[in-house]
Amino acid sequence: MNADFSPEDAAFRDEVREFLQNEFPTAYRDKVDAGIRLSKDEIVHWQKILFEKGWAAPNWPVEHGGTGWSTTQKHIFAMEMGLTGAPEPVPFGMKMVAPVLMAYGSEEQQQRFLPDILQSNVWWCQGYSEPNSGSDLASLKTSAVRDGDHYVVNGAKTWNTYGQYADWIFCLVRTDTTVKKQEGISFLLIDMHSPGVSHKPIVLLDGHSEVNEIFFDEVRVPAENLIGEENRGWTYAKVLLTHERTNIALVPRSTRRLRALRRAAASLDDGQGGSMLEDPVFSHRLAGLEIELKALEYAELRTLASLSVGKSPGPESSILKIVGTELAQRIDEMFLELGAYHSLPYLPEQFDEGFQGTTMEPGGLAGQGLVYLNDRKLSIFGGSNEVQRNIICKAVLGL
Amino acid sequence: MDFSYSEEQQMLKESVGKFVQQQYDFDTRNRIAASETGYSEENWKLFAELGWLTVPFGEEDGGFGDSAVDLMVMMEEFGKAMLLEPFLPSVVLAGRLLAALGDARQKEELLPALMVGNLQLACAWAESGSRYNLANVRLSARGEGGNVVLSGAKVNVLNGPNADKLLVTARESGAVTESDGLSVFLVDRDAPGVDVRAYANMDASRAARISFNEVTVPESARLGKPGGAYEALERVFDHATAAVCAQAVGALDALLRKTVEYSKTRKQFGVPIGSFQALQHRMADMFIECQLARSITVMAAMQLDSDAPWQTRSAAVSAAKSRLGRAIRKVGQEAVQIHGGIGMTDELDVSHLFRQATGLELLFGDADYHTARFTRLQNAG
Repeated sequence: MNADFSPEDAAFRDEVREFLQNEFPTAYRDKVDAGIRLSKDEIVHWQKILFEKGWAAPNWPVEHGGTGWSTTQKHIFAMEMGLTGAPEPVPFGMKMVAPVLMAYGSEEQQQRFLPDILQSNVWWCQGYSEPNSGSDLASLKTSAVRDGDHYVVNGAKTWNTYGQYADWIFCLVRTDTTVKKQEGISFLLIDMHSPGVSHKPIVLLDGHSEVNEIFFDEVRVPAENLIGEENRGWTYAKVLLTHERTNIALVPRSTRRLRALRRAAASLDDGQGGSMLEDPVFSHRLAGLEIELKALEYAELRTLASLSVGKSPGPESSILKIVGTELAQRIDEMFLELGAYHSLPYLPEQFDEGFQGTTMEPGGLAGQGLVYLNDRKLSIFGGSNEVQRNIICKAVLGL
Repeated sequence: MDFSYSEEQQMLKESVGKFVQQQYDFDTRNRIAASETGYSEENWKLFAELGWLTVPFGEEDGGFGDSAVDLMVMMEEFGKAMLLEPFLPSVVLAGRLLAALGDARQKEELLPALMVGNLQLACAWAESGSRYNLANVRLSARGEGGNVVLSGAKVNVLNGPNADKLLVTARESGAVTESDGLSVFLVDRDAPGVDVRAYANMDASRAARISFNEVTVPESARLGKPGGAYEALERVFDHATAAVCAQAVGALDALLRKTVEYSKTRKQFGVPIGSFQALQHRMADMFIECQLARSITVMAAMQLDSDAPWQTRSAAVSAAKSRLGRAIRKVGQEAVQIHGGIGMTDELDVSHLFRQATGLELLFGDADYHTARFTRLQNAG
């Protein structure tokens, strides 16, 4: 056992750090620091910078344009990106549909879709959840009925992140209603510009609408957009969910936010003549979170180490999801408390792209109340934390 | 970065694991706990023969290499079996303190005897008002005609009743909580003026309150420079604290495993209680606690073996002990709760594991103490 990076890995870290320092645009960094969302154009621009460098898809195999990095290098890259505040690629194309295409798509499908994902020419979104199918995803009802060389799709999907920007959606659809629910599901790619597709924004706790409902009304989808075999979609989706759960521990993000929290606490009055960092209760709780982050970081490193010797991410990723999201939420709570009255203004528009005014609140606190509200999603999405506990019970404890 | 055990560590793990599985079942442990000394002399000789007593010492002292990861591997197995032999107090704590502070003559006289199993040591550091602060020492050492006279009292002297010699922290100068002015003296447990009141702690290990009534020792009984022992003390206790974390990881794993097994066999309302989701999710949380406890203990051991500055290593140890303190509460209490009434009984090993774990929770500092120490170390850096 040895906690140090090899000289090669240390050199790689320096290279990544220097690249991010020089190439992640300062204007974007300022926005991220202030809690302002990057626009679609800005996210795509950054992704294309990474593509030019050859670093757009760290987790892809080399033959599809991936980096060929070791597990440690991928970890270093994710950590440095997170510490800089540089946005990860929008996951729906790069991390979700791409692995399924590589595993189960035809040669033709791979050639048609993967290059545009790699170069961020096409924006993807995910069509899984439905109004009546949340944790019980397999009960989904959106139907796809074969009609010649097309499927005709009818139904509704929900919690569709960034669907308003998307060119394509990958969907789980019901192609057989007569069998066990998991066995009648297919994996279908649908052009969002097809006639009959519409979306309705959903306004969330924080006043934003990053998610949508998507409606399909007699949408005709070419049968060549089916991935793999009909009625095998549930199997493919499970593979995707495993990929979705890697890097779910949010260690880089939480590291960055805890540092910011410490800095902010040092600069804010405690109302008693000192700083909030000198408040013994606050500083004790802050240390508790920093300690939890260390435990989480090593839990993740141990998981990564077992991956690099060939094991696939199993129930360990459920632990990382639960602990990672709950820690991120506890950090949010401390920001909320740190802000006191500064956390209360509900002005979502000041964090939107194109906002020209100046934010009202001191010390990077302006958006923290809204971040707290928005991040309640973390323990719900990607398989709620209760579902993750079910997975642990079944897969590890044999209950 | 590498998280795998070396071949030697793997062998050590198997060797210790085999011993506790084959020769340290619950009934055997109960017999040892009820014996006069509270440990098995026969086992101690065996540990010596197997070379285990050399593990926490550097090769220059005739040891196996003094790696915190090696120690972690052993302590985890000991924790699973609730081992009673005084490996931690005699070897990891007192032995390493002697190795850290002693001169060549002192080491030569005692360390080989310790490693072959012919000597029992104990470290007397805590006092009734000191809580977990190593620098809080009132026991005084004053020079008198070429000798040193020790006056004061110590509590929680682990292995005190069985020790041949005591390593006693004493104040030669400075105020009560000052780190400067502390020395460590070697004192025969049978020396005139040493009054030992022996008892068992809640984990069945033997301890003592010891008062030192004008105990006279020669200058040569001092380990290291006068008043300069604090830094070595802190480092030795950091190692011992990481070892305690590993022992607790073993205990928590045993508690989780026994609880899950029990929930699959115990039936109420016609079904195994493990089929109830209200209990399943709590066992999932116990599993998560065990994994985090193990991860942060690995971190602490790896940091101790690294070249990082001591402040970083100490912070890692305090982070681990703080996190372990919380994990012990959670896993221990849930194990008893999910077992129900039977978990309360002395008959079942679960109650003994709970007591062991609770002892480890407090030993060398609880969660709050180590969170505060972690903060101090962070802010100093």
